[in-house]
Amino acid sequence: MDERTIRLKINGREREVSLPPNVTLLRVLRDLGYVDVKNGCEKGDCGACAVLLDGKLVNSCLVLAWQADGREILTASGLGSIEHPHPIQEAFADTGAVQCGYCTPGMIMATKALLDVNPDPSEEEIREAISGNLCRCTGYAQIVEAVKEAARRLAGGGDSG
Amino acid sequence: MIGKVEVKPLPKVDLPPLRQVGRPLRRVDALGKAVGSTVYAADFSMPNMLHAKVLRSPVPSGRIVGLNVDRARSIPGVACVLTARDLPGAKLSTDMPGQTGRKERAGSAAPVLARDVVRFQGEPIALVAAETEEIAEEAIGAIELEMEETPGVFDPEEALKPGAPKVYGDDNVVARWKIRKGDVEKGMAEADLIVENTFRMPFVEHAYLEPEAGVAWVDDQGVINIRVCTQVVEHFRSVAKALGIPQNKVRIRGTMVGGGFGGKEDVTVEIFLALLARETGRPVKLVYTREESFVAQSKRHPFVITHRTGVKRDGRITAAKIDMIADSGAYPYLTPYVLLYATAMATGPYRIENVSVDSVAAATNQPFTSAFRGFGGPQAALAYEQQMDEIAKAVGLDPLTVRRANYLRRGDETATGQRIASEVWLEETVTRAIAGLGEPTPSSKTRKVGRGFASYFQSYGRITWFHDTSRAWVGLELDGTATIRCGVPDIGAGQANSLCQIASELLGVPLERVTVYATDSAVTPLAGTSTATRQLYMSGNAVHKAASAVRKNLLDRAAVHFGVGPDAVDLADGRAFVKGDESRSIGLDELASACAADGIPLSNLALFTAPFTDGIDPETGQGDIWPDFTFGAQAVEVAVDIETGQVEVLKSVACHDVGRAINPAAVRGQIIGGSHQGLGYALMEEYIVKDGITQTPSLAEYLVPTSCDFPATEAIILESGSGVGPFGAKGIGEPALTPAAPAVANAVADAIGIRIHEVPITPERVLAAMKRGARWRG
Repeated sequence: MDERTIRLKINGREREVSLPPNVTLLRVLRDLGYVDVKNGCEKGDCGACAVLLDGKLVNSCLVLAWQADGREILTASGLGSIEHPHPIQEAFADTGAVQCGYCTPGMIMATKALLDVNPDPSEEEIREAISGNLCRCTGYAQIVEAVKEAARRLAGGGDSG
Repeated sequence: MIGKVEVKPLPKVDLPPLRQVGRPLRRVDALGKAVGSTVYAADFSMPNMLHAKVLRSPVPSGRIVGLNVDRARSIPGVACVLTARDLPGAKLSTDMPGQTGRKERAGSAAPVLARDVVRFQGEPIALVAAETEEIAEEAIGAIELEMEETPGVFDPEEALKPGAPKVYGDDNVVARWKIRKGDVEKGMAEADLIVENTFRMPFVEHAYLEPEAGVAWVDDQGVINIRVCTQVVEHFRSVAKALGIPQNKVRIRGTMVGGGFGGKEDVTVEIFLALLARETGRPVKLVYTREESFVAQSKRHPFVITHRTGVKRDGRITAAKIDMIADSGAYPYLTPYVLLYATAMATGPYRIENVSVDSVAAATNQPFTSAFRGFGGPQAALAYEQQMDEIAKAVGLDPLTVRRANYLRRGDETATGQRIASEVWLEETVTRAIAGLGEPTPSSKTRKVGRGFASYFQSYGRITWFHDTSRAWVGLELDGTATIRCGVPDIGAGQANSLCQIASELLGVPLERVTVYATDSAVTPLAGTSTATRQLYMSGNAVHKAASAVRKNLLDRAAVHFGVGPDAVDLADGRAFVKGDESRSIGLDELASACAADGIPLSNLALFTAPFTDGIDPETGQGDIWPDFTFGAQAVEVAVDIETGQVEVLKSVACHDVGRAINPAAVRGQIIGGSHQGLGYALMEEYIVKDGITQTPSLAEYLVPTSCDFPATEAIILESGSGVGPFGAKGIGEPALTPAAPAVANAVADAIGIRIHEVPITPERVLAAMKRGARWRG
């Protein structure tokens, strides 16, 4: 298959890659080293590979890399780091929302997408927003609490709690 | 509907005050996972690495009549193709993973690759390693496989009939257990009435978010290294055995595991990777797709359980006769032990003088079944707790009164004659779970509200005749930080964090200054499996023992420093100090240097051994089986839409005595998460297999609960301090799941007045049951 060179801006960094048309965004992100984007099913059922594409939440396994040409991608490792975690990441760590952690990067990106447009969501809105992200460990309760806590912290409520 | 209950105050418990243990601290692994810096098994890559794929049987029962790999081998970029002919006699030992001196059960091995006969859909037949995944996939497609389908057997009851196709041994019997206690005939004769019911449970898929994955390579010592997500690093022995190489030539470097729930207790990709790495001399990576994960690994056992119970008018049980049939699938794996758990817990947490249990597991051409959170306990509980409600209905008493008439008490014996030494807080947990439901939600014309609850008991720690052990190394560094080395696999429940909190408590080192190295079979002391709700108990005690030894050295040296007795000194917040006069203190860095200067050991390697027993009497089932038990209860309120059959969980409250909560936030996470899996078991989850072929091959067909399916379960944590774990802890990982499903089943029966004897309780089953009920009522 013919390759084409595409440009992706991943976590603020410009990358150029040559790819055939059948490579998914998930595959190219992982091949480029962004292994915080997890592969849980590769057909859009689990949400583990969720990233922000131009600020919108997508399952990266359902996007072809060519479709992301010239666009901006944000993954969990672009949101924050151990030294400088994002308040959403801190909130997840502090509320017991992280167990095995495999769903966590996708869950955090779903949270970011929600709080970007709705900084003070209700419990129902939170549950709806993360309903495309499966978690097999937590039963979601502490994740919902983490999203509420993150909203509070982003609104300037400090990080006590 | 269950009425109001009186909640009595808890018995007085003297829990020693602690500083680090018992606090809901941020788990040491949490932030790394949240920022995406935790590297899982599929995330590793190496220079010059090959990619592997597995050819699997499309049919559940057949003979391989042709297998030609020439064309696959000739594809450019294919490094290696292996079939059973390349590995004569390579067997996978499926029995008792981990550390034990016990001999394996005869017949427990499975071929690594099928040679002539295939016994289940998905059974591995050939391995490919190639330069890219795409080439490996192409090579799999180029393998010429000719199969002749043979008659299979797809039901354990059919498999036990004479003349059934043979899947295992001469009679398809994988295991049998029995319990004989008292005189069941006499007990039944004394009964005022006899209640009989049969309950059914389906295959269930673990559906951890992380599919099985690993990378293997051969190092400069000729050691095969395997990075893999596993619950059992001791599988290095199984790998060595399968390859016919010494055990010290295989090293398992476990990773953080993206969920296990028992599904990564058996060997997954390890042997395939080791074979390919040895054959090619290059690093090899193998990552299962979701669909492959579904067909390649085990399921929860389907069971058919029949209870025949003799009962007095006042609710006292005089005799229990219980029969169980389980589907082992094509190979034994851990079926004999899962069946034992179900058998020994079959009577539930009740005192019954006269008991007879007969259980059998039969081999079929279905997916193989093995460990899954609860290990037979949840199936047993679904039967015994529904039966308790049916008994209550039959004698015209409320379900709690009947249970209270039969609840085990501390010091009582289980059906196998094991005396329960720890607290038995059945009354304490059940009343709190029920009371937690609050005011009942009113029913409407089309929406019937019902309530149900379930009590349970569940073992923690391995079977005591496995002679279980764990090891841990704890050391203080010269700057006052602490290091733990312990081979514990962390499967997401916070196994590693608990060890850190225990060491933090004993050494007085703040949690953020404790580092843990875990899950490496070569360099971390072997800690045994992250299964059987055993790591907090076993490795927690090993860390407690090692840290206590270091603590003693520190206290002794500090006492010399202060010129007081060792009892007058304590450790906390990175310092040693004189009790009652904390102005007299010394930093742990300074104290560590003082110890180093005097040659006082700052580290300790400890071995913790569980109680060792000899096994149970095979004719009567009598004897000790486990170190101890966890007790608890769950209550739920549901609404059943009588037009659609849809069951909605309105409220859910679980109350467990965890002995001592090392990290209450982590305990709460286990309870809520376990409950969620149990609610899924009750209402949604069924891995459907038709004539040996899966009908639910991915997460699109096999539905696990989402954030919108169930409300959060309220977790009520009780601490009796009476467990055999560190600081009096009991286990909660598996027990958390057990009571949820029977509580839901009882609530649905309460709502519609009809018992549905099979889970999951789908809308179709509700509507069918209501139709039957309407017919009976005329």
